[in-house]
Amino acid sequence: MTISRLTIHELHELLVKKEISAVELTREHLDRIQKLDGDVKAYITVTDQLALEQAKAVDAKISAGESIGTLAGIPMAVKDNLCTKGINTTCASKMLDGFQPQYSATVVHKLQAENAILLGKANMDEFAMGSTTENSAFFATKNPWNADCVPGGSSGGSAAAVAADLAVYSLGSDTGGSIRQPASFCGIVGLKPTYGAVSRFGLIAFASSLDQIGPLAKDVTDTALILNAITGYDKQDSTSAKYDYPDYTKALTGDVKGLRIGLPKEYLGEGIDPEVEAQVRAAAAKLEELGAVVEECSLPYTRYAMPAYYLIAPAEASSNLGRYDGVRYGLRVQAKDVVDMFCDTRKQGFGAEVKRRIMLGTYALSSGYYDAYYLKALKVRNLIKQDYDQAFAKYDCLIAPTAPTTALHKGQNQDPLALYKGDICTIPSNLAGIPALSLPYGLDKNQMPIGVQLLGKAFAEPTLLQVAYALEQNTTLTRLKPNQGKGL
Amino acid sequence: MKYETVIGLEVHVELATESKIFCSCSAHSFGAEPNSHVCPACCGMPGMLPVVNRRVVDFGMKAGMMLNCDINRVTTFDKKSYYYPDLPGAYQTTQWFAPVAVNGRVDIETSAGKKSVRIKQIHMEEDAGKLVHDISEGTTHVDFNRTSVPLIEIVSQPDLSSAEEVEAYLVRLRTLLRYAKVAECEMAHGTMRCDVNLSVRPAGSDVLGVRTEMKNMNSIEAIKRAIEFETARHIDALENGTEVLVQETRRWDDAKGKSYAMRNKETAGDYRYFPDPNVMPVVIDDAWYEAIQNSVPEFPEVKREKYIALGLTEYDAERISESIMLCECFEEASEACGNPKEVVNWITSDVMRILNAKKMTYEMLNLDNQALGKLISLTGDGKISRANSKKILSAMFDDRSIDPEAYAEANDMLIGEQNDDMILDVVKKVIEADPKSVNDFKNGKEKALMALFGKCMKELKGNCDPQQLKVILLECING
Repeated sequence: MTISRLTIHELHELLVKKEISAVELTREHLDRIQKLDGDVKAYITVTDQLALEQAKAVDAKISAGESIGTLAGIPMAVKDNLCTKGINTTCASKMLDGFQPQYSATVVHKLQAENAILLGKANMDEFAMGSTTENSAFFATKNPWNADCVPGGSSGGSAAAVAADLAVYSLGSDTGGSIRQPASFCGIVGLKPTYGAVSRFGLIAFASSLDQIGPLAKDVTDTALILNAITGYDKQDSTSAKYDYPDYTKALTGDVKGLRIGLPKEYLGEGIDPEVEAQVRAAAAKLEELGAVVEECSLPYTRYAMPAYYLIAPAEASSNLGRYDGVRYGLRVQAKDVVDMFCDTRKQGFGAEVKRRIMLGTYALSSGYYDAYYLKALKVRNLIKQDYDQAFAKYDCLIAPTAPTTALHKGQNQDPLALYKGDICTIPSNLAGIPALSLPYGLDKNQMPIGVQLLGKAFAEPTLLQVAYALEQNTTLTRLKPNQGKGL
Repeated sequence: MKYETVIGLEVHVELATESKIFCSCSAHSFGAEPNSHVCPACCGMPGMLPVVNRRVVDFGMKAGMMLNCDINRVTTFDKKSYYYPDLPGAYQTTQWFAPVAVNGRVDIETSAGKKSVRIKQIHMEEDAGKLVHDISEGTTHVDFNRTSVPLIEIVSQPDLSSAEEVEAYLVRLRTLLRYAKVAECEMAHGTMRCDVNLSVRPAGSDVLGVRTEMKNMNSIEAIKRAIEFETARHIDALENGTEVLVQETRRWDDAKGKSYAMRNKETAGDYRYFPDPNVMPVVIDDAWYEAIQNSVPEFPEVKREKYIALGLTEYDAERISESIMLCECFEEASEACGNPKEVVNWITSDVMRILNAKKMTYEMLNLDNQALGKLISLTGDGKISRANSKKILSAMFDDRSIDPEAYAEANDMLIGEQNDDMILDVVKKVIEADPKSVNDFKNGKEKALMALFGKCMKELKGNCDPQQLKVILLECING
């Protein structure tokens, strides 16, 4: 068996037993990146030197007989909107091409403290705005299952790297589905944690009230292990939650007997690919078979989530992206005066989708429109939260599609509005701040992976992992690998 | 026709917290190297997040209480967006929707009588950086030292009607905020700045006229001149139709004594206020509220009355209550020595003289007030001569840790208890050595006694109660 196919927990065993070394494992991944990433294009930056140094340090620990954590020596990738000290952090934007922060994100520190091996920085839609990774200012990433398809987005590089075994796991960020949808398109597990469970310090903001960092992994156990490392209160992030974060691996019991699972009807039917819906229902049936109680339920305000999201997220983005003015860092286009410098820098530095959202957001916050748009959107957001509160009074977990379809073909969707609609299943949980997990569950007729989404109330990550793990243990539909002939 | 002027003020005051409002950089960079008090957060680097400095909220609340405001127990921070090179995030974090304090009142007194000026609100916000223009190179540099230094903006209702009232209001604000020890309020340092909103209307009318705003005024004298000028300009426009008044922002040129309309580009703005999602609403619970309430000092009037009751003259009571530092000095020293009248004499003479000589303001007074009380007692008890006590006080200004008794002892300034004999010895020696002066005195030359007295005092190195010395000297001369 090729070691690059293995999971964190499998590789950890091998490292501890000294059957492989961290350097070998890292080399294997770097070799694969060199061989394959010219096609996949998952990475913007590969940190090979650093990765090998980190691996040597882990090997030294192992030879010295020191005990190592589960993530130690395991190579991984980080989305390029997470700050890494002294390493290019571009947000896949010309605006930040060559930008090297003087600091690292809290999650990066946490993984470094676990002796994780950083392979590089993963491609993404510019400033995390998009759902195909085609909005990267540098290049599009391909779906390892089918090179003609997109990997999803915005964490498309993070998802493709894991699916193509160019990293054992990765970190992404999810503002409206940007971890879960690419995980679904690439046939891996992706989790958006509860808002506040993972520090956003060092995450380059898109929409601060929605952004959340989370793992993309090969299986549910790995997801729990990564979550153990990255969750926690951080005084540098005021929205970080003080909470007694559990050991998430304890949730991996395989037992779902008596769990109450809701199947919200608003996430099914019109607009959802029948093959996707069929797999969601199949997963629900499987859970029933395993002893869970499954019922159809309703979240009536779901249909207002998309318009609310596309006011709130662009509004926050328009403000968060104001700082890219050419004065202090990143791109500066010289001009005759400072106002022209601002304008030309932003004109040349941002891509079309980013500009579109800045304009939408600026409009929504403009004097005279605030009440009609932004304030109303906040009210809708509250109603959506109430929807979930009511549902979780009855159910431990909800099951739904992650995305209405499987991976889109490249350039298939040029209409932004149609693309926005693809976020319909993922957006409401960002608005409510609740955790949601995408689990691969079978393939469609084109041999492309289908994702099933599990949603829980705030801090119910253990429940989501428990349910996902039960499905993983009791079917062959969750650990999928791209067909090498068709894919890459 | 008779006109009246309607004035409302927006006063920006820099809060005297140690660190900035959303990061741990020092907030005190007056005169420092450019960009020496900065970090990735206050420079608006990508991925950085604000963390509210709790002391800023303490100070904001306390300022609100000093101005009789209601405190919003849930107070929020909002983003005000505009592009300017000295504003690193392209937004200023301020309070738009739920400012820390609202509905206050400041009482003033002028030649026109007493008046209450209503306070609309006090909000906390961050300051911007500074542009430094290098004319020789034709370049502009940005200094972010001041970025994110905490400010409060105190917004009054349009209740003021003359330059005199504005002055009284500003002085009163300054006194109250200094009393609360939340701000320096030194216009010359830029720690207090003022925007003046002014309109004119026929006397007695309840319709407001066209309002103009003059921004960033930084001296009370300039503000007074600007108000006089603007009032005259408005009246002239209304009376003689010299120009059409428009609502606008104007710049006051104090050197020329004129106000000028600013270009539209500099004033037009849609600030797109919205709540900052990175700063959680600040919830002020009862314990926090009460702790701040308990730290609010008595008002100047209350102190003045108390001092008069202690036997101080109205003049002295007024002078002391002008500054919280003098009040504390007076109260603590009186407590230590039990003689308020003596303390006030010391403060109004020696303490103020030294402050003057050192070019220090009352607010810079940093004496150990209890030690001052002790010094006053020792002097009163004749343990230290008046001359030496002045030297000790001067030393205490430079070193707060000095204990006057220990210092006097270490420097041979302590007058021993049974040293009548020693004085007598000295006096005898001096008389013996200078029979001429003794004779002169006996022949009616009063000055000769002073010469002898001086010589004795010199021999005794000043460690002697002058009264006691005089008695012994006279006894010896007169046999």
